[in-house]
Amino acid sequence: MLKVDNLTKMFGGLAAVSNVSVEFEANKVNAIIGPNGAGKSTFFNLIAGAHKPTSGTILLDGKDVTNLPCDQIARLGVGRTFQTTNLFEQATVLDNLIVGHRLRTRSGLWDVLVNSRRLQAEERACREKAREALDFVGLSHVENRFIADITQEERKRVAFALALATDPKILLLDEPAAGVNPEETEGLADLMRKMINHGLTVCLIEHKMGMIMGIADKIMVLDHGEKIAEGTPEQVSNDAAVIEAYLGGDEDAAA
Amino acid sequence: MNLFLQQIMNGLTLGSIYGLVALGLTLVYGILHIPNFAHGALYMVGAFMSYFLMVDVGVHYWFAMAGSAAIVAVLAIICERLVFHPLRHSPPIHDKIAAIGILLFLEAVVQMFWGADFRRMSSPFTGILNFDGLIIPEQRLLIIIGALTLVAGLQIFLRKTMTGATIIAMAQNREGAFLVGIDANRVAMMTFGISGALAAIAATLYAPINLVYPAMGHLVIMKAFVIIILGGMGSIPGAIVGGMIIGFAEAFGGFYISTAYKDIIAFGLLVVILSIRPQGLFAKGAH
Amino acid sequence: MLLKIAALLMKPGAKMAMLAFALVFPFLAANEYQVYVMATAFIWAIAVYGLNIITGYCGQLNLAHGGFFAIGAYTLGLLTADYGWSFWPAFVGALVMTAVLGFLVGVVSLRLKEHYFAIFTLCVGFIIYLLLDKWEELTHGAIGVRDIAAPYGFGLVDFTDTTPFYYLVLGFLVLAMWFISRLSKSLLGRTFIAIRNGDELAESLGINLMRNKVLAFVLSTTYAGLAGALYAGMVRFIGPEEANINHTFDMITYLLVGGIGTLSGPLLGTLGLVWITQSLQFLEEYRMIIFGPLLVVLVIFFPRGIVGSFLTWIHRKSQALVPEGKRKDSKVTPTKEAENNA
Ligand SMILES: Nc1ncnc2c1ncn2[C@@H]1O[C@H](COP(=O)(O)OP(=O)(O)O)[C@@H](O)[C@H]1O
Ligand SMILES: [Mg+2]
Repeated sequence: MLKVDNLTKMFGGLAAVSNVSVEFEANKVNAIIGPNGAGKSTFFNLIAGAHKPTSGTILLDGKDVTNLPCDQIARLGVGRTFQTTNLFEQATVLDNLIVGHRLRTRSGLWDVLVNSRRLQAEERACREKAREALDFVGLSHVENRFIADITQEERKRVAFALALATDPKILLLDEPAAGVNPEETEGLADLMRKMINHGLTVCLIEHKMGMIMGIADKIMVLDHGEKIAEGTPEQVSNDAAVIEAYLGGDEDAAA
Repeated sequence: MNLFLQQIMNGLTLGSIYGLVALGLTLVYGILHIPNFAHGALYMVGAFMSYFLMVDVGVHYWFAMAGSAAIVAVLAIICERLVFHPLRHSPPIHDKIAAIGILLFLEAVVQMFWGADFRRMSSPFTGILNFDGLIIPEQRLLIIIGALTLVAGLQIFLRKTMTGATIIAMAQNREGAFLVGIDANRVAMMTFGISGALAAIAATLYAPINLVYPAMGHLVIMKAFVIIILGGMGSIPGAIVGGMIIGFAEAFGGFYISTAYKDIIAFGLLVVILSIRPQGLFAKGAH
Repeated sequence: MLLKIAALLMKPGAKMAMLAFALVFPFLAANEYQVYVMATAFIWAIAVYGLNIITGYCGQLNLAHGGFFAIGAYTLGLLTADYGWSFWPAFVGALVMTAVLGFLVGVVSLRLKEHYFAIFTLCVGFIIYLLLDKWEELTHGAIGVRDIAAPYGFGLVDFTDTTPFYYLVLGFLVLAMWFISRLSKSLLGRTFIAIRNGDELAESLGINLMRNKVLAFVLSTTYAGLAGALYAGMVRFIGPEEANINHTFDMITYLLVGGIGTLSGPLLGTLGLVWITQSLQFLEEYRMIIFGPLLVVLVIFFPRGIVGSFLTWIHRKSQALVPEGKRKDSKVTPTKEAENNA
């Protein structure tokens, strides 16, 4: 599904991601863990095309996407959520989601001027897609609420829905469970399982070990930009280098 | 040859003033990530305060400068407290608009009291020094020495005092600074105060060889922005180097190319530089 | 009660009523001067709608907007006064000129993010002012451009009269608003709003930032050019002061008071403030003493202006009226409209 070879990203003199090679399988939950500043978010940014890698290659379904711009990678089926998502607070949940399917549409200025049939059809399609995604994340009942009026956990789900509305094959989720309580975390984990059941592939950055251990099929551990371990949850949790990184590190990442 | 030296002198004078103004702007940007569009208005108020203190109150130039620096520092701190602090979590467009609001208000108030006319401000340093044909008005020398002293003083303050160290720490890593328990409010107020005082002193230094009027801040603030973009937004040495670059470009451009268009040089330079390097000339990493 | 009045305001009929008022205004006005002021306000409103596209919808604070207004005015003025064009070809020329220059400036400036973009456009606005002021061979410098042609009425109307000109401007305003209302509800408008929410997020949704931002910018400068050309055709004498940064600041104030990113905000804000400054003469010169603090108070307490705050309020009310379980289907009129207007 996703194959990364010798990926490196330098910020000035700092190697945020250094020589990472890894393969993520389709229809699995692939987790990335590591202390703060380990380069996890940067790794996602590289895959999604938000940053250009310094060296290395990224293959998506066998296609080289290393130097493609962000918007094209999204069109190839990479959806993502961010550590913080800025939505339009004074608009309804549904209104925020409609644009999610925009990348699958083609109407331009001219269509707007003449209100073309294509535009109308595409707008309908986007609205349907938004509703479908909202339904998927279980938030149909808040569709007319303002973003400003929904809870933190509902926001996380809206962010998922927005990514889902792009019709992705693979989803990159950056710390989706940060700032939500344990029951809600479990709910989000269920949602990820549901995504897998629907044929999606999930890549997940998370600090909540309980959740990771319960849900991940494969874990990659980053530390100072380098991959120090990968494997199943059992393999990783018994890995000496990982224990060293977590206990020896001065970060509170395992919290 | 002498004409050439004369332009170097002019470049140094202009560069000193621009550098001082840009220094305040870059400090505020570095710490609070606010492009303070009102900074030029603070500069203008500084000139008027000195003018007021000298002409209407009748105090000496030096006292007027000190008084003006204090008044504008307080004004800048009030702006921080009343306007920028409440907006610290707002979308980025809001603090820019609020800064424009402050700018409009200050200009209108000054214009209400003093009118839109151009005024001249006197200074005790009216003499002209003649070094073997190289003519240097005392005020220009004062500007250069004053700027050097202030920059050196600021460096000592930032490097050698506790407060200065916290300002630097916060400029380098805002989140980190919060974690180690720096009082962000105090640092923000300090920074605004310093930036206001610098603007007022720059204005008081420059006013005697220029004019005082309510719109005098417009060009200066725009050039200061150009300078800190050149030098990297938030960088202190960048502001000084950038100030000198623009000062010299104007002095020589105005002399050898065209006086009418000398004000355009800075902006032309900006357009060219940003077209080639969107992140600025000396900026490190991504914007 | 309040809610009923509010619901009434949201009805399509309200728009018709406003249009009807605008149509009969010249007959209600006490004198020709009032008609003239209203026409001026309409012209500014068109420009503010333009600013709303790039700044309100797309979220990029463009401080060169007044400069593009001036370019529109100067293009029309110079083409008719110096190059013997008649009004309408020159009018089209002004639109093309602002669109093309908008494209060129946009391509360079929109690569810059947030603050950099605002500062860059501030400088562009100033360069425009300096060029109009100093490039005497082309622009006549500080003297300005005189003898600008009035719109040619094809023998049917005489646009040198205030009232016919008023209707001409009204026509363009309606056209401008019609397009904006269509744009804001469309996928394209939603794309712009997604960019305002954040570059990063928008890109992750497959939106090509540059293409969409440039499009929004060109649309906005064309609106500014349209307004500028109409202005030149009305006053028929222009100078470099048209590019004064204060015009941009005025427009930002109108936009914020009315409601940034809303459909009717630009019109309400512009008309309201133009009339208030007109009626309080002393404000003409010192309006900034009020506008300045007003801007600050607005961004701190009412960042979405009159219309935005109103829409938020009415939406909350309508949601509160519906029981929790049924919210999904609550397509009561106000919500629906609010959704479209927001
Ligand atoms: N745009 C950037 N410019 C410079 N340095 C960056 C940038 N993004 C991240 N970094 C640096 O790269 C390192 C890794 O950051 P990040 O990927 O965010 O870590 P994580 O998500 O694992 O906490 C950090 O040291 C961070 O400061
Ligand atoms: Mg991270």
